[in-house]
Formats: sequence, structure tokens, C-alpha cells
Amino acid sequence: MAEQALPGWKKWLEGSGDQVIFLKGFFRNMFRGGFEWSEFVRQCYEIGYKSFTLVSITAFIMGLVLALQLRPTLVSFGAESMLPRTLAIAIIREIGPVITALICAGKIASGIGAELGSMKVTEQIDAMDVSGANPMQYLVVTRILATTLMVPLLTLLGDVIGLIGGFLAINISSKVTMTLYFNKCLDSINFSDLLPAFIKTIFFGFVIGFIGCYKGYNSNKGTESVGLSANSAVVAASLWIFVIDAIVVQISNIIIY
Amino acid sequence: MEDKETIEEQKHSSSKKKELVIHIKGLKKSFGDHHVLKHVDLDVHRGENVVILGKSGTGKSVTIECIVGMLIPDEGEVKVFGDDVPEMNEKQLKELRTKIGFLFQSGALYDSMTVRENLEFPLTRVLKIRDQAEIDQRVEEALEGVGLADAIDKMPSELSGGMRKRLGLARTLIVKPEIMLYDEPTTGLDPITSREISQLILKMQKKYKTTSIIITHDMECAEITADRVVVMNDGEYVAEGSFDDIKKSKDEFVCSFFLKPML
Repeated sequence: MAEQALPGWKKWLEGSGDQVIFLKGFFRNMFRGGFEWSEFVRQCYEIGYKSFTLVSITAFIMGLVLALQLRPTLVSFGAESMLPRTLAIAIIREIGPVITALICAGKIASGIGAELGSMKVTEQIDAMDVSGANPMQYLVVTRILATTLMVPLLTLLGDVIGLIGGFLAINISSKVTMTLYFNKCLDSINFSDLLPAFIKTIFFGFVIGFIGCYKGYNSNKGTESVGLSANSAVVAASLWIFVIDAIVVQISNIIIY
Repeated sequence: MEDKETIEEQKHSSSKKKELVIHIKGLKKSFGDHHVLKHVDLDVHRGENVVILGKSGTGKSVTIECIVGMLIPDEGEVKVFGDDVPEMNEKQLKELRTKIGFLFQSGALYDSMTVRENLEFPLTRVLKIRDQAEIDQRVEEALEGVGLADAIDKMPSELSGGMRKRLGLARTLIVKPEIMLYDEPTTGLDPITSREISQLILKMQKKYKTTSIIITHDMECAEITADRVVVMNDGEYVAEGSFDDIKKSKDEFVCSFFLKPML
């Protein structure tokens, strides 16, 4: 039994070691001269701007549904006035960052995994490497930094749109002005709610870019492996999002409360 | 006729030069239990065109991948310009690679970039040229050299198989490498286009004065481009000589390559 389990462990350890080497390569190339600014800006556009609609729709529906689901429970306790505060805390602290990150994992990590996987299969990465260019700097550093920058920004936008969705849901059954609603939301939020939530989105962005690039860059040759890279990038990035979320929440609870 | 004379003249002049550029001795490479290269010796001199013939899976591509440092040999020496490739660090390897052009079988064109951007990429990233006028001039010159001047703003997906090979060749040659490694440059092309590509390889070799290793199983390509032919089978060399010498060989494997009965 032990002999059968060994190759799996060996493979896992090898994979972990590869990821550490890849991470080291990323940091080394990030601080090397000749940063690819134009490619970085292009990736920010591809990753940020082109994900905005999807994140907006998801965040809007999320806020709307959350308000509709919460309202009956709060009404039964006579605490309907707590709805904006509850919504704001839930969306800004937890639901906004995690849902946005999961949406980005599905769209961006899979996209990067498939794109780099396809470049690997068609020998484009080998061609860059063998010509003396630096594919890590051009393909990997730019994408990871772009996701690290854009996912927090998308989350901030998603939070605002989620709260607007909540406002519309509240207005279906009762009349509340937008000023009052947002005043109540902002009154309930303080710096200790915003900061950990924002910090974790930076880690979410980094892990989405890193996993996507790692899976694509180390894709095996063959068309099947392109799909596999995209698929495993989504699964691994989603898992890492929950792990990071648990760690950051635990640390912020210890430090702040 | 005139073309044939020119070709012979080029071959003769290039074989005269004797400076050793690539030296391979006792090269061995395995992947798991599969011994791809069992014992390979090869010397290539400056200006020489060496064709490696052999059926698929005999280790031809592995040999050139060892030369450029993409693969590390298990045993043996691989020296380029007198430097041991497996012993090189990342910086030395990068420097060496700027002197070597590698034409992939698929062309390996950057499919998200236009033809112009494909050619600009090595100029700005490898040679670090910043002057746009010089970049434009070199791009136009490279495209004119391979007869693709009209395709400058097209995407690689809009090009035919032969045009993609030409573009791959132009992108590799734009940095003016001293050594060219061609991995099956005519595979997947019709006979007319194959001949055109083979003649283009020879023309480019004359223009840029490169030393070349051409991996192929296209006999016409070998005949057009080779100063010397090396035949490989099962990870070892089985015959070596000029194309005409190899053609006259009585070796069973070599005869089967020329589709002729064993003498």
C-alpha cells in the first residue's frame, strides 16, 4: 500500500518544488531590467476591462439576491432597518472579494492557462526561449502583475455594484432613498472592515495570475493538455482563494479584534 | 542550369572553410528507458550546410535541441564556438542563443501578433534595438528577402503553409545568426513549395553566410541544400558523405531511404 501511495506523494512534492522554482523565476524576472510596460498595459486591459461586465452583472445579482433573502429573516426579528448595514458588511468583508475572485479564477486563470498552454503546444514559448528572448518576463511577469492589480480594482467596483443591487431589492418592498441607504451602509463600515478585505484581494489576484501562468507554462505537449491546463488552473486557483480567505480572516481577527 | 551551377559553386566555396563551429562527441540522451541518442559524433565547420537524414523518432531533433541547450545530454560533449553548452549558465546560454537561429517544424509563429510584430519581437527583445527607423528597415528587408513584403500587416492565421515557413525563416534570420538549425523545414508542404523553401534556405545561407544543420527526410531538400549528409538510424549515425556518395551507398537502411533496391 505504501509503495502505491509513494508515486502520488512524489508527484505532489515535485509539483510543489516546481511551483517554488517558478515563483522564484517570477520574482527574479520582475526585478530584472527591461520591464514589458506595453504588454503589461495590454494585459491590464484584457484582464480588467474585459472582465468588468461579467463581474458587474454577477455582483449586481449577488447584492440583489442577498437583500431579498435577508429581508424576511430580519423582518421577523423586527430588524429591517439593519438590512443596509448587514448587506454592506457581508458584501465588503466577504462575499464581494470571494465571489469576484472566483469569477476571475473562472475567466482569467482559465484564459491564461489555455493561452500559455496553447503557446507551449505550438512551440511559441520554446521559440522565444531559444531566440534569446525572455518568455518569463514577457508572458508571466506581465500577466501576474496585471491580475494582482486588476482583481482588487474589480472587487472594489463589484462591491459598489453589489450594494446598488441590494438597494434595488430593498426598494421593491419599501421606499428608501439612495442617500439614506448608502449613508447607512457607510456608517456601518470602518477601516478594519475595508483593509483586510482589500489586502486579501491582492493575494487573490496574485494567485489567479500565478496559477494560470504556472499551469499554462508547464503544459504538456498535445491538444488535450491545453484543456487540462485551463481546467486545473481554475480548480487550483479556486481552492487557493478559499485557503487564502481562511488565513487572512483568521489573521485579521487576531490582529484587529 | 545556371541555378544548378550557382548551387554547386556555393557548396564548393562553403566546404573550403574549415573553422570548427559545432563539435559533438559521444552524445547520449535517454528519456526514461528510451535511449534516443546512443552515440553521436558530429563536427560542423563554418559556412557548411550539414543535412541530417533519418526517419522519425531517430533522435535528429534531440541532437539539435542539445546544441541549442534546450536539452541537457546524459553523456558526451557538445561544443559550440569552442564552449561546452551543457556547462553554460543561464546568461552564457542566452548569449549563445543570440548567435543561433532555430527554425521550428511548425514555424512557431506568435499567433497573437501580426507579421510585422513577429519580426519586431526579436529585434526589440534580443538585439534591444530602440530606433524605430532601423527596426522598420530591417523588417522590410527581411520580408523582401523571403518574398512576403505584401503580408506585413497580416496575422499568421491568414498565411498559407509555405508563407508561414517563409515568415518563420525571416524571423529567425532577422537577428543575423551565425548558425542556423532547421527542424524539418519542408514538412507538410507540396513539392513545389518544398523546393522553393529549400532554395530559399540556400539563398539565405549565402546572403547571411550562416553555418547550418538541416534536419529533414525530404530527399530533394537534402540534395539542394547539403554540402554533407549524415544519415541517422536508431540514435546513431550510419552513413556520412556528400549527397551523391550517400546515394551510391550499399547500406540497407540508406538504400531504403532512396527508395531503391539494395545493390
